[in-house]
Order: sequence, then structure tokens, then C-alpha cells
Amino acid sequence: MPDPYLPHEVEILERIQESPTIFTLRLAFTDPEMQARYRFQPGQFNMVYLYGVGEVPISIVSDPEDEHLIDHTIRAVGRVTQGLARLGKGARLGLRGPYGRGWPLKLAEGRDIVLLTGGLGCAPVVSVIHYILRRRERFGRLTILQGVKHTDDLIWRAQYEAWSRLPDVQVGLAADVGSPGWFGQVGPVTVLFDRVQFGPGALMMMCGPEPMMRAAVQELLRRGVAEEDLWLSMERSMHCAIGHCGHCQMGGNFVCRDGPVFPYPEIQALLGERGF
Amino acid sequence: MAAPGFLPRPYLQHLLAALTAAGYLCLGPKVRDGAIVYEELGSADDLPRGVHDHQQPGAYRLHRDESPRCFSWANGPQALKPLLFAPREILWTSAAGSDGGITFHPEIPEALPTAVIGVRACDLAALRLQDQHFLEGPSPDPHYGVRRRNLFLVAVHCTHPAATCFCASTGDGPRAESGFDLALAELDEGFVVTAGSPKGEALLGQLPLEALDPVQQATADGEIVAAAQAQQRALPSRNLRDGLFANLHHPRWDDVAQRCLSCTNCTSVCPTCFCHAEMEEPALDGLSSTHYRQWDSCFTEGHSAIHGIVIRADTRLRYRQWLTHKLGSWHDQYGRSGCVGCGRCIAWCPAGIDITAEATAVCGGDHA
Amino acid sequence: MAAAKPRLAVHKFSSCDGCQLAFLNLGEDLLRLAELVEIVHFAEAGPVAPEAAVDIAFVEGSISTPEDEERIQAVRRNSRHLISIGACATAGGLQALRNLADGPGWSAEIYAQPETIHSLATSTPIAAHVPVDLELWGCPVNGRQVLGAVRALLFGVVPALEKDKVCLECKRHQAVCVLVAKGLPCMGPVTLTGCGALCPRFGRDCYACYGPAENPNATALGRRLEGLGLVPEAVARRFLFINNGAPAFAEAGRHWREQRILTPICAEDVPTEDRPDI
Repeated sequence: MPDPYLPHEVEILERIQESPTIFTLRLAFTDPEMQARYRFQPGQFNMVYLYGVGEVPISIVSDPEDEHLIDHTIRAVGRVTQGLARLGKGARLGLRGPYGRGWPLKLAEGRDIVLLTGGLGCAPVVSVIHYILRRRERFGRLTILQGVKHTDDLIWRAQYEAWSRLPDVQVGLAADVGSPGWFGQVGPVTVLFDRVQFGPGALMMMCGPEPMMRAAVQELLRRGVAEEDLWLSMERSMHCAIGHCGHCQMGGNFVCRDGPVFPYPEIQALLGERGF
Repeated sequence: MAAPGFLPRPYLQHLLAALTAAGYLCLGPKVRDGAIVYEELGSADDLPRGVHDHQQPGAYRLHRDESPRCFSWANGPQALKPLLFAPREILWTSAAGSDGGITFHPEIPEALPTAVIGVRACDLAALRLQDQHFLEGPSPDPHYGVRRRNLFLVAVHCTHPAATCFCASTGDGPRAESGFDLALAELDEGFVVTAGSPKGEALLGQLPLEALDPVQQATADGEIVAAAQAQQRALPSRNLRDGLFANLHHPRWDDVAQRCLSCTNCTSVCPTCFCHAEMEEPALDGLSSTHYRQWDSCFTEGHSAIHGIVIRADTRLRYRQWLTHKLGSWHDQYGRSGCVGCGRCIAWCPAGIDITAEATAVCGGDHA
Repeated sequence: MAAAKPRLAVHKFSSCDGCQLAFLNLGEDLLRLAELVEIVHFAEAGPVAPEAAVDIAFVEGSISTPEDEERIQAVRRNSRHLISIGACATAGGLQALRNLADGPGWSAEIYAQPETIHSLATSTPIAAHVPVDLELWGCPVNGRQVLGAVRALLFGVVPALEKDKVCLECKRHQAVCVLVAKGLPCMGPVTLTGCGALCPRFGRDCYACYGPAENPNATALGRRLEGLGLVPEAVARRFLFINNGAPAFAEAGRHWREQRILTPICAEDVPTEDRPDI
């Protein structure tokens, strides 16, 4: 019986500081065979182990066809991620994964895509943006919508501007609280729905705070988007990542194993219900 | 399967001897610190002869009389859970190399073949649920698995339900129907022995059994039927999923939160609760580190904490999580309720909260 | 050249020294600790340099005298990480009972020359006077937790805190619940673990020496203790003991002092005379 709990050694090949608290680690298994065997889907995550401190679930942001690097964009918010933030190129970590269900990218082919994120830099969705832009011909119009609380919270501003100049790509930004010089909208992320066009049958992929996702879902349903075309990435406490430890349960779902990406009908009953 | 036989009481030691000869460590019920617990049996004399349990919400007391019987009690705080899903164990260790590298070492336990005597029907039902959780998903747990494969189970049909028991209403007892290697029905003069597996049958063949008198069989069956009828508590239905999730804002959740200590005793004694936390204990010199897991509970803050947010910060949300999972979303996960009616969460709750009363109140429908 | 070792100090304030003993009782680990850090001040163990600047300062004891009040400010200024250890430093200790009484009045009655006693009217935790980076509770503090904190700081990460209640730790040890099986007035359901459920594992009731756990329901436990036969004042004293200064316990203590009769939980189910005969 293989040991599903055991991490394997990886090395940090590159470290990129994305913002004062957000950084990207580009990792590879030190065992070349492990690296060669490793396959994942965008939206899946790994358990990243900081020696002597513990493991954290982190979504994978690299391209699934890049066989050499496994990228993780991480916000330093807890004791493990703050510890990871201090490491540089050459440092070793543990890693096990990939885990869970990723984004429905096969299902998305040939359709318009709307990517909706809230909060501070939503790494799982950025990986989808890169995935689609590298395979542009397979997808319809790409709409990127980002909501933040304060205008200062927006990271990768230059990146959003660059995306907005690409053909057949729309970018919408909204801040709950505006400020002088803010080039986006002011209000909840749902104000952006009036400013962009997407075809019928567009697939929505979203991640961010649950109240934001719930508000967006309700507005999109009101506008006639089908329930099964709404996909959400959920975040819960995770220790084991394989549906054993029980922390990530949301009703009957183990978010680590049955998600973290869910079609809306599977989590509809408890989305935004405090305590689940 | 071989026909049931009768093991006269003086020959009970032969059962232990046969199990020991077959290489098993024999565990069974003993009295320790005022409760029935499963511990290593030196001989059949260690069994709790004449011991009875008196259980009430928040209270557990043992009494002894002159009865020759060894299993005339309902249960103690443990089921089989701690034997398989260890309360605390090492998952793996890591070591820092001088070159900055990390090596990882699995720590799969070495499990001795273990026989447990005196397993209850509710405990077998709970074991089935733990098997589903730890072994039958896409990532079987090797720690649980190695212990599970080495287990020999001697069930004893329950004839003395406690006031806290309600296995008849969940359909999990008091008769042990399956999942055992041997099952015993205890009578004053001895035991009706039935095999439930090829392993059990082989062992049964080594016992000095006598022919079973139909009267003995009828007496044993009658006691089990009476045990079901004597139960004082019941869940209102075997599937409360819809009733619970339709009542997430029922005032009873606030009411129970006033009484609940959020102490985790219910989840710890529950034979099906599976939540556990993983944690790390580095050696002081930093050269090695140990990755543990230990029992956790949905009644702790750590259970639902993610970077600065606690999803279930108060007792109302924690108790609701426990009950809606145990009796509700368990159906989605494993096709049945997660409650086997053992009543431990009622007796061992220091505040005496009764799961059957809470579930009935919430699902009563007056606030749906 | 090897980097300089982090510097460590152990300071004592108003206390019994038991938490310093927790260091001294570490045995081999104390020697290992001395290899990892430079212990610059630890009066009970030898080195004395109370004014030295350090990376990690462990502070034992409460603030109970005017001199304590001044000295803790200096310790804070001289320390990068300040960790208060033990019930005195985290909650004011047993001596905080005087916060609930007329301390100066007692001194005047007991001592021939009370003017020679320079005590504050209250005993208060370190965090009431200076910012504290980490609190390790317990009477005394647990050596394992002290070493765990040092190790985490050496790794450059925030030390992990154990937040579970004594009950969960008690069940992990497969101890039999002394409240349920013996009717003892155990404080485990409201108390922070860290002790490894030491008392219940030896058949006695927890007396809350690690202080309140998160989300304690002191009202419900108090009612249960009444059901076991404790009068309200006795219930109050279960809370107003070693960690009487911890807000959750202080509030519970006040509450129970003010009570006359409440309906005890489970009184009908748990007759106090129902003692086990085994």
C-alpha cells in the first residue's frame, strides 16, 4: 500500500516576489523520475512542506504541459507560508500531490470564458488565464473580472493592463472603495457584468471570498447563466488532502478531494452559509 | 459455515488459549478507573465478571453482583476506534541533510495480530463505517489498514443495553449480525458460539464445544430481543439528512450551545468520528522532525481555522456541524447515518446532552 | 565563521520560581539548548546579566511591585521576542487573588510594620504592561512547549500554540473521564491543554492550571459542578484559583459568587450518592 501522507523532496529553482506579501516559488522534484511522472490539472493543489514546521495546501499555477517546473504563488499569511517566504533559490521543501478536482478546461473548449476573482490575487484563476492565453485558438472570448476591497489591494496591475490589450480579451476591475487615479469601477464586482459581453453558454470560473462568489452567482443566474456553467474554487482548512482528516468538509463534500473546484449545483445548498 | 456450538463457561479460557496459540494478542473488557475498557487479557479471569454499567446522560457507574456473566454491561468509553485509528501516531519523519536536503521516512506501524473479545454490534457497525472512510476511498490509509488486517473480532451479542443505548433504532444492534470472526451469546452456564468468517470457523474447530441445546439457543435469542425492546431512547428516523439541513437556523441550535461545553468528549468517544489533525514536532537540535497525527474534533477552533478566519468560531456552529454531519451529510458520504446508536456521546458528555433529544427537537419541524 | 548564536534570557518577576525549574528540569535538553543559544541571563541557573539585550526573553512571574513595573519595561526594550511563561506571567498567578480582596487592609492587619512592604494593590500579567510576543500558560509551564517555542524561533517561524481543551488531550490518552465516571468536579472542559491531561490520567480532577481554553462555557460547566453537589461559592473557587486573573475565569468566578440557587444540569440523572462501588 503506498503511503499517501509521505512528501517528496523538491528544490526551489526560482523565487519571484510578486508583491510585498505574495511570492512565487518555482519547484522541481530532486528525483528526476518523480518530476517526469508528475502530472496535474490547473486548479489542483499540492501540499507543500516546510521542514520542521508543517504542510500547507497551495494551488498550482504553472502550465500543466511544463514538465520541468511546478509553480506556487503564495501569500505569506500563516506560520508556514511566512516561513516559506524567507526561503530562496536552492532551498529544499517537501511536496505531495497533486490533489483534488481542477478547472473544467476540456468542457470550456470552444466557449466564451469568464474568470471572476475577488480579494487579493487569486492564484488559481491566474493559472487558467495563462493556460487559455497559451492555447488561445481553443477558446472563445476571454473575460477577466477582478474585484478588490481597496484599490491598493490590486496586485499584478501591469499584468491586467497587458491582458486588456490582447485581442478578444476583456478586463474589468472593480474596487469596493475607490481612490483618485483608480481606472476601474467602484462597487461590488457584480457592477462589471454590465460592462462586458459574453456569449450564451459562456463558462464562469470564480474564486475568492464566499460572499462575493455568492453575490456573483446570484446575479449571473438572474442574467440567465445556467447553474452548471458556474464553477467555483473553494477554500477550507486541509491537513491530509486525501479526504481523511475531515477539516475541509462542506456538508458531504470533502473540499480537498471532491473540489476544490466545484460546479455550483454541488455546493449550492451551503454556499455562503456561515459555519459550513 | 459450521453450526453454532456451546462453550461451557469453565472452558472460556480455551477460547483465549486458542487465540493465543494462533498468534493473537488477546484484548478484552476489563475494569479500569471505574469503566469498562479494552486491555490485554492475561486470562479469562480478567474479564469483568458480575460487572454492570449504569449509564445516564453525563454519568457512568459500574456495579458488581454475584452474576457469573462477564458481558452483562452495555459498553465503555472506547469502541474499536482507538485500536485502529490511533489517538496519536507518527505518520512520517524527516531529517535535514548537511547539504540542505531533506529526507523523508515512512513510519508504517508494525501491528501485532490482535484479537478483541467482547465487541458489540454497534462497534462492528462503527468499524464498518471507519473501514469505508479510511480504506475504501481512493487513498487507503496504510496506518489504519495494517492494524485492520491483523484484527480478529469476537463479538458478544448485547443483552444489557444502557439507558443511553439506541442501537435498535439505528438498526445496528443489539445482535451482531456480521463483521465478526466469532460471535458469542452469553448465558449463565456458558456461551453459544457462532463463526462469521473462515478465520473464525477455523478457530471454532479448536474449541471444546458441546452440542447446542435448542433451549439454550432460544434463551439466548430471547435475551437479545428483550435487549432491543428494553432500549429507552431512539432517533426519530434512520435518515435525518433533509430534516437537519432544512432547519439550519432552528432556535434549538442556540439552546444546545448554551449547554454544550464544546469539550470534544462526544467526538472522542464516538466510534465513527474520524477527524484528525496533523502536526509537526521538530527535534530541539533541528536535525530531525516528526510529523504526527492526532484526534481532532469539529468542536475545536483549529478544526475550521484558515489564515485568520475561523469558520466555526462558536459552539452553535460547532455543534451544528457535528450533528448535521453525523446524522445528515454522512448519508452523502457513506450511504447511511454516521450514528450507530451506542449512546457514548450521551453518557460521556459532561453536560449530559442527548443526541436523540437534540435531533428530535431540530427535526421536529416546528421551525422548518 | 559560524553566525553568532541567538541570545536568550530568563527573567523572574513575582513568582515561585517553578517555571524556571521547568528549564532546569529539562536535563539533557538544557545542555542541547545551551549549544543552540547563548544563555546570557538566568539567575537560577548561574548567568546574571539582567540588562543584557537578547533575541529571546522568557519572563516568569507577575507584575506585583513598583520595581516589577519598571523592570519589565527594560526587559521589553532589551528583548526582540518576549515570551511570558506560566500562570503568574500570563494571568497574574495565584497572587492575583488579592485583586479581589483588600490587600493593603490585610497587610495592615498581619504585619507589624506594613510600611516596609512595597506591593502594588494588584498582581497583573506581563501583557497588561508591555506587548508580549507569545504566552505559554501553565503552572508550571511545560518544558516541551518552551523548547518548541525556541525551536520555532530558531527556524524563523512563529511558534505553534496548542489550543485544544484538556478533555481532548485526556481522550487521546484514553483516560477515563473522572467527571462522568467518578463525579469529580473536573475543570478539563474549560481548560487549555499543554499538560498532557496529567491530572485526569492519574484519576484526579483538573484544577485548571493551564488557564481558560478558547471558547470556554464556564456557565454550563459551573451548573454541572453544582449538579455534582458543589455550592455556588465552591464553584466560584474552582475558577478563582491559579488562573483567577484570566478574564474568562474571573468573570465566571464573579458570576458564581453572586449566585444563590440555579437548576443544576442533570441533577435528576446524577444523584450525588450514586458512587461507583468498583
